Amino acid sequence: METKIKSACETCAHFNAEGLKKLGIHTDDFDFVVALAGNPNTGKSTVFNALTGLRQHTGNWPGKTVTRAEGGFEYNTQKFKLVDLPGTYSLLSTSEDEEAARDFILFGKPNVTVIVADANRLERNLNLVLQILEITDKAVLCLNLMDEAKRNHISIDERTLARDLGIPVVPTSARFNKGIPELIQTISDIANGTIVCKPHRIKSVPDNIDRAVKKLTTEIEKEFPGIPNSRWIAFRLLEGDTQIINALKSGELV
Amino acid sequence: MNKKNIDSIIELSNELRWQIGDDFHDNLTESIYADASEIVKDTVQSDTSNKRFRLDAKIDKIVTSKAFGFPIMFLVLGVVLWITIVGANYPSSLLANVLLDTIHPALKNGAASINMPWWLSGFLIDGVYLAVAWVVAVMLPPMAIFFPMFTLLEDFGYLPRVAFNLDALFKKSGAHGKQALTMSMGFGCNAAGVVATRIIDSPRERLIAIITNNFSLCNGRWPTQILIATIFIGAIVPESLSSVASLLAVIGIAVLGMAFMFTVSWALSKTVLKGEVSTFNLELPPYRPPRFWKTIYTSLIDRTLIVLWRAVVFAAPAGAVIWLISNIYIGNETIAAWAIDSMDGFGFLLGLNGVILLAYIVAIPANEIVIPTILMLTVLVTGTSGGAGAGVMFELDSMNATGDLLRAGGWTLLTAINLMLFSLLHNPCSTTIYTIYKETKSLKWTVFASIMPVILGFVVTFLVAQIWRLIF
Repeated sequence: METKIKSACETCAHFNAEGLKKLGIHTDDFDFVVALAGNPNTGKSTVFNALTGLRQHTGNWPGKTVTRAEGGFEYNTQKFKLVDLPGTYSLLSTSEDEEAARDFILFGKPNVTVIVADANRLERNLNLVLQILEITDKAVLCLNLMDEAKRNHISIDERTLARDLGIPVVPTSARFNKGIPELIQTISDIANGTIVCKPHRIKSVPDNIDRAVKKLTTEIEKEFPGIPNSRWIAFRLLEGDTQIINALKSGELV
Repeated sequence: MNKKNIDSIIELSNELRWQIGDDFHDNLTESIYADASEIVKDTVQSDTSNKRFRLDAKIDKIVTSKAFGFPIMFLVLGVVLWITIVGANYPSSLLANVLLDTIHPALKNGAASINMPWWLSGFLIDGVYLAVAWVVAVMLPPMAIFFPMFTLLEDFGYLPRVAFNLDALFKKSGAHGKQALTMSMGFGCNAAGVVATRIIDSPRERLIAIITNNFSLCNGRWPTQILIATIFIGAIVPESLSSVASLLAVIGIAVLGMAFMFTVSWALSKTVLKGEVSTFNLELPPYRPPRFWKTIYTSLIDRTLIVLWRAVVFAAPAGAVIWLISNIYIGNETIAAWAIDSMDGFGFLLGLNGVILLAYIVAIPANEIVIPTILMLTVLVTGTSGGAGAGVMFELDSMNATGDLLRAGGWTLLTAINLMLFSLLHNPCSTTIYTIYKETKSLKWTVFASIMPVILGFVVTFLVAQIWRLIF
């Protein structure tokens, strides 16, 4: 493979920011689908607006996004469709918004999932992050509200975090448009396969469960070779999730 | 894909589920938290002597406290309303000057100079144009002040605190605490409030929130309340206190609306919509200084103009209807006069009159046009000069003139109070009714949500009128 050596400028996200075109709601014939997930009140809608140029209403209260918003942007001649999912704390229960978010990541098969997290409350936010990483292996963590974190004297070692999670981590302050060019570059890199993620899989599982999961995972992988979320499906089957059982039967999962 | 293999996978999972026991879900959740805390331990460093968190907590201690929570809420509401009332006066009269006193005569002259038939110029200019102009002049300024202020409060993070304060009351009335948020949205626009109920998961509680949202005085009704309170309530106290008295009267009506919201929610949850109150987590987000200019800009563009456009779309045909019913004769009487006569008796029982009832029928599409319609119809009935002819909506130059006209039409303090009550308690506008149908997908509940407030309005105004007449 031929590799052209690029100048420092060309590899910088800000250099390529010129290649960005905000498409607003015009999302016809897109090349990639990007899902925007995250806890409530982490600024997902603000990130959405920063990427698409739309003015989806934002407000400082959890659960404000009640309808799924869609928008788009064009970056280096490739078109991205962006879907703003309702904010959730988890994907394990069966409330309407959690199901909507989970179904889109699972069945909508987005090319990239952007997980927006509040840098001030990372531990609580990781609950959702780790669950999403069991479902998809193409994700980027958008560590938002960095300006607030700085004021709160919270510092985060992004490199270690990225290594632990196995996905790129981009610090942003979406309200002030900071970090957005880097985020777009990363989204594009994941979509095009330039960055390959090796997402963290939940480790501290008790032995008896781990054995059961491994058994089931082997069987699932035998039937669907190369499936990225065999372990997550195993979790859901053990939970007795009828929706997943039906999806497995109808072949919707692959 | 082999169906047999999949069945065997599912069978295996059933078998394994039995082996690993009941606490699988809890175990999995615990492992996720264990992983999360381990990752955070390696990557996050925080200064524990955190000042900002303390400031947030301090503010919360005050604004959600038992002693100060409610007074602060009413104070904030009062300040927002006061700024809206006072601030809207000047631009409103400016717009009225341009749209009603300058452009309207110019259009009439233009129509006369090209020999447009009287009925066409009447229909288009006195009907459609004037209705639209009136709505713009009366609605745009208060909305352009009210919505941005509301959005600023929202961005700052005050709304979840309101929800927190009201949670206990909603819980007692069998409703969902998040209804406080949808109620607040309703103060801007009931249709928006109904859509916002999607944040409530439980269908039962969501239905309660939808049905009772109409008890939040919406933007189309604030101007009516403010105008009538200023003319009639402000007049019964010494002049220096009149603006305070009218402000208190308007806040009183808004609070009464909230009382009705709790009572009706309670009645519903005890009868047709029985069920447990569901629990939920309400996160009190950190206070964030709003980005002032950006908020002003987006709320002007996104909210104000959209709501204004809706009002214009509904006002135009309503203006045409008003003009038609007051210019089409059946026998010796216009349709309007005939309808007013036939409803006067019922109106009297309610302490209202036929004019007000007809105005509320004409104004089903948009609450904003109630007052102009009432004025126009009153001119028609009393034959008072000062109006601009049959079926012409107009704004009188001063509040005094408006008051004189209404008094000539037989209005008393009772009429004014009952109009304010009826403005709070009547059917939602047609947009809201349509939105309720779209959200509930149920004809039954849509009809209920539309009729129930009117019946309440009839009962309340009837009782007030009877008691009033006994005393005075």
